[in-house]
Amino acid sequence: MAEQTAPPPSAGAPDARDAGPGKPDSAVVRDALGVGIAVGLSGFAFGVTSAGAGLTLLQSCVMSLLVFTGASQFALVGALAAGGNPYTAAAGAFFLGIRNAFYGLRLSQLLALPRALRPLAAQWVIDETTAVTLPQPTRRAARIGFTVTGLTLYALWNLTTLAGALGAEALGDTNAWGLDAAGPAVFLALLAPMLKSTTERATAGVAVLLVLGLLPVLPAGAPVLVSALAAPLVLFLKGRGKGATEETVIEGTAPGEGR
Amino acid sequence: MTVWIAIGLTAVGCYLAKLLGLLVPAGVLERPLVQRLAALLPVALLAALTAQQTFADGQQLVLDARAAGLAAAALALVLRAPFLVVVGTAVVVTAVVRALF
Repeated sequence: MAEQTAPPPSAGAPDARDAGPGKPDSAVVRDALGVGIAVGLSGFAFGVTSAGAGLTLLQSCVMSLLVFTGASQFALVGALAAGGNPYTAAAGAFFLGIRNAFYGLRLSQLLALPRALRPLAAQWVIDETTAVTLPQPTRRAARIGFTVTGLTLYALWNLTTLAGALGAEALGDTNAWGLDAAGPAVFLALLAPMLKSTTERATAGVAVLLVLGLLPVLPAGAPVLVSALAAPLVLFLKGRGKGATEETVIEGTAPGEGR
Repeated sequence: MTVWIAIGLTAVGCYLAKLLGLLVPAGVLERPLVQRLAALLPVALLAALTAQQTFADGQQLVLDARAAGLAAAALALVLRAPFLVVVGTAVVVTAVVRALF
């Protein structure tokens, strides 16, 4: 699933900003279908990866039905395949899913859903629905965008998971087909649009060093969790750097010199 | 059984995270530091997962066909290829390199 932290301008809705308040429903539906179908099809990669990691057909399908957030699903099957215990594996997947809470926060104001509908709508609060919904100019357009993206993606993601898991059994040794590269490639594709500034790049770099350095010494699953500390670490160092810069300015050096 | 435990915990945890955002009043999660940390956390995790699943064989670091596949995927990303093409490129290149060497 093409997950992004911020709603990108190219989220299948390039004309959303220009269309103004009178954006026709059909245009919203077209945006939503574009994202829903393209990303929904990548459930196939998940089904294959999951089966290749040793999960049963039922386990793969239950995951897509109930977890339904791509990065967490790939992370979980990867951690289980690497021999991690179920708790560290689930923790890694859960940490990746936390960002959906922040999407929900922004969507909730925009969609203004009745309380009774929220537990149902919650399952669809993921990167893609957020990316399509946030740029919509009106509440009506936002609701249509959210519903059509969610429905298309949920249906396709689950169908292609099933197809992928079935296909993997027919393929035999999935590694011979290079399918063990699908998981990391998905992560890389999700990561790339997030690397917007030095902060993100530094965080990614520190996380890679941590995980590769700790891999030989810590039990399976733990290195990925520890590498999450790269995020607070980089924020802390950045905060300190900023503080130092401000001090130099206050101390009377020419403005801008400390930057 | 352990697999089902992991799936259950992940499903419940991820669902509650999704629901939380829709239910809590705005402002609770909107402190700037919390927001920035929430945005950076997936960056750290995705980078770590990419590296681990590319270079790890159990607890050993290895350089094998997957690295070639991921390099090809990175190139596809630089060329702004769509999501499915990026993943497909990694799979095909990994398979070809593995078959050749």
